[in-house]
Amino acid sequence: MEMKMEAVNGGLLEVKAAPRKRPKLQIFKEIGPARFFGLAVGSFAFILIVWLLISQLELVNPVFLPKPQNVLAEMIHQLGTGEYWAHIGISVFRVTAGFLLACAVGIPLGIFAGAFRAGSAVIEPPMEFIRYMPAVAFIPLIMVWVGIGEAAKILLIFIGCFFQVVLMVADITRRVNPDLLHVSYTLGGNRRQVIKTVLLPAIMPELVSMMRLILGWAWTYLVVAELIAVNSGLGYAIMKAQRFLNTEQIFVGIIVIGLLGLISDRLFAFVHKRCFHWL
Amino acid sequence: MRAAAIRPEPLITISGLGKVYRTRKSEFEALRNINLTIGKNEFLTLIGPSGCGKSTLLRILAGLEEATEGTLLIDGEPIIGPGADRGMVFQNYTLFPWLTVRENIEYGLKLNGMPPPERRAISDHYLKLIRLEPFADSYPKELSGGMKQRVAIARALANKPKVLLMDEPFGALDAQTKLEMQQILLDVWEKEKTTVVFITHDIEEAVFLSQRLCVMGSKPGRIISEHIVELPAARTEETRLLPKFVSLRRELSALLKH
Repeated sequence: MEMKMEAVNGGLLEVKAAPRKRPKLQIFKEIGPARFFGLAVGSFAFILIVWLLISQLELVNPVFLPKPQNVLAEMIHQLGTGEYWAHIGISVFRVTAGFLLACAVGIPLGIFAGAFRAGSAVIEPPMEFIRYMPAVAFIPLIMVWVGIGEAAKILLIFIGCFFQVVLMVADITRRVNPDLLHVSYTLGGNRRQVIKTVLLPAIMPELVSMMRLILGWAWTYLVVAELIAVNSGLGYAIMKAQRFLNTEQIFVGIIVIGLLGLISDRLFAFVHKRCFHWL
Repeated sequence: MRAAAIRPEPLITISGLGKVYRTRKSEFEALRNINLTIGKNEFLTLIGPSGCGKSTLLRILAGLEEATEGTLLIDGEPIIGPGADRGMVFQNYTLFPWLTVRENIEYGLKLNGMPPPERRAISDHYLKLIRLEPFADSYPKELSGGMKQRVAIARALANKPKVLLMDEPFGALDAQTKLEMQQILLDVWEKEKTTVVFITHDIEEAVFLSQRLCVMGSKPGRIISEHIVELPAARTEETRLLPKFVSLRRELSALLKH
């Protein structure tokens, strides 16, 4: 017996002597805000350095890849002109209009489809079908229907976003915990009250997250919309620059769109945090 | 039966109640021929293994599901759908996370259009009763599981229901909190003079809380036996050691074994 004990202890000691190494990258493990921020900045810096190296050493023809400092200079120059701000203004208007319209029509329909089985049957199958039709393929049709004016651009963004909004909202609505509805019923709530005081507040946070995601798509469709028959907007500015092989300006256009997307995204994140502190 | 002797004025009468779930391919008999009378201010527990239909029976009482057979009366009126006269506490936490503790308690009152000052007086009373006054303005995410269930009980009681239906409300709590909650519930029941139908699969909990309990069996779900809990009205931790408590627990445990 004693012998056995010793053997076990010996084994334990051996394990202690050679401790297993913890891997550096642990799944889901927190790393702290300072470290996170450092790594994020480092990641940006890395991209910039690679870009700088390739362009500075002229590994690629500068016509195709301009130097970052030149892009920055071009950006400062462009943002100093009223013309560029007019492009930004009209682009922001188109995105906002198409996006808001898609939400204004899509969210109520989605809630209806999510809350009622009959609504789901009527609304969702056709939406599922249309969703797989590429929005871009509608361009010729849109031009026939509404011409090439502002309505055409807004309609394309609307088509790109609307069907997704309906389906996502229906899904969000279906995921509401049914017991929350039951509680309201057993406290005397009628159907209208249950929708107003339980269903809507319950889906609100996810609704805002969904809008944040869809807004990103709206920007993508904007650029597509502005590639056709336009004479204003950021997409147009990019296309015009391409015609003159002005890659600096193409870069500026892309970066500005990226920044606008980032600003709107942060705005949504802020609203989310502010309104849903109870989460 | 023994139970008939001391039965008070009846509040709920269930007779010949059955529930069959039918799909195109199969049939499942969840409940068969349930006959039960629940008296005013009674604390009745339904105990049984999972799948015996006890939750289904409670949900039918709440009006969240419909029976396929039999009649169900509350105060002589048939039950059609859920209503404010039957408050419910669920096993899972079902506080509205976007409302504070006080707003949760006042929720039903607000639905009924009660003006704010009156609502506030009632929520004050229940906050005190469940000993959560300091948390009146907290959100549910800041509460422990036991606290959440206390608020859920207060929210149901604030509505002054004829009966409080409780579906394994302490099932998700740790052992210590569970004991504490049982004591609080009895306290509340005594002070509020309300009828409680309680569901559990925990024998100890059933004996400790109830005045009367029904053992249910499965396949199909039915009531196997009825027991009067002959223990003093004021129950404390010592109650659990009384010979009557121990013997009833043993009896139930034998019944539920198979």
